[in-house]
Amino acid sequence: MTEVDPGFWTTLADVVAGVSLLAGAFLTLAAAVGAVRFDSLLGRMHAVTKPQVLGLILLLLGLALRVRSWSAVTMLALVVVFQLATAPVAAHLVSRAGFRTGKIDEDALVPNEMEHDAAAAPPDRD
Amino acid sequence: MNDSAETTLRARAGRVAAQWPALAGLTVVWVLLWGDLSWANVLGGLALGVLVVVALPLPPIPSRWTIRPGPALGLLGRFVVDLVVASFNVAWIAIRPGPAPQAAVVQVRLRNPEDVFLTTTAVLSTLVPGTLVVETERDTGLLSVHVLDIDSSGGPDGVRDYLLDLEDRVLRSFAPRDVLDRCRAQDGTEAHP
Amino acid sequence: MIVVVVLAAVMVAAAALLALVRLERGPSMLDRALGLELLAAALVGVVAIEAAWTRRTETIPILVAMSLVGFVGSVAIARFAAREPSAVRRRAADDPDSVPGEAPEAEEGDR
Repeated sequence: MTEVDPGFWTTLADVVAGVSLLAGAFLTLAAAVGAVRFDSLLGRMHAVTKPQVLGLILLLLGLALRVRSWSAVTMLALVVVFQLATAPVAAHLVSRAGFRTGKIDEDALVPNEMEHDAAAAPPDRD
Repeated sequence: MNDSAETTLRARAGRVAAQWPALAGLTVVWVLLWGDLSWANVLGGLALGVLVVVALPLPPIPSRWTIRPGPALGLLGRFVVDLVVASFNVAWIAIRPGPAPQAAVVQVRLRNPEDVFLTTTAVLSTLVPGTLVVETERDTGLLSVHVLDIDSSGGPDGVRDYLLDLEDRVLRSFAPRDVLDRCRAQDGTEAHP
Repeated sequence: MIVVVVLAAVMVAAAALLALVRLERGPSMLDRALGLELLAAALVGVVAIEAAWTRRTETIPILVAMSLVGFVGSVAIARFAAREPSAVRRRAADDPDSVPGEAPEAEEGDR
């Protein structure tokens, strides 16, 4: 706390920042718990995609509300956009690679509407 | 020889001009990175953008798209709400005691397999509900998604309904009028594989 | 604020530890990629919490860089490292004399 500004709005911003920091940290922790507890690669991927992305966004929101300077906020917005754009791509590539190399126990999937044969995988087109 | 050099130059310039959205996007990113809007930043970003577009050319995106502010805002708002709900849902599944829920793979055939809309729908559906896109087929618009908890997602049909709903929102926000009409006409027919 | 920061930091640190557990346990390269991504996210989170506490903005470029690098790591592993073992094994079963290490298909087909 470098500056003391006893205004209502700054107090409110700090409170909201604190709440979103806590929520973000909780979601990050939950994502990690999921990544350790889930027993399939795809289940873990779910944990790493959704709660982790929102957790990071909330942490950055808390940070933005604390520093309150435009140059910082624009950079943080950029991080959020990168995160939103890249996390699904990474998740998709990892899960597709898992399927194609046969690392997924397909019997555990009920129903499994994709009859997949790792040896006869369709050619890459991306 | 002079002539051919001029045509390649012209082709290259045309390619740069055709990629103006990428150029604008890169410039915006550059300005955001520096954090303040000044002429030096905008020009520097433009110069770097031209360099990137010329040095690392991408294939052009063939689809036409537009943007409707109203539905796009609706899509964004719904996306934020769904992201929060889905995140806490997955977080709760992760930390609650007991075994992991029944997972499944569901296939859904989107009404419009054009690249832009297929990609947008796939990216959004990975983030939003309890699904993860495993495989996509570009020419048929077939999306295979992994569902973390099939029972609470309303079974395979619930997942399909949600994804088609999501695609509908994406199309209403970004698709040109004729594509929208074509998809509306298809709505009565069978949309499932 | 100090309570909030300490609580958040503890949670994110625990997340980083769990990510390390996943990294160590594997079992496949893809699980490690996933753990690595989680670890990068936890690092970003810790830097963000520290910056939120001290209200400093100098560390924010680190966040930008790290959020990008984590992504590149997983994509690279998904595209190359994950493909090798099964492809090599499959070909080795077909033909014991084949040399492992060559990708069976061209990666940059359509541009």
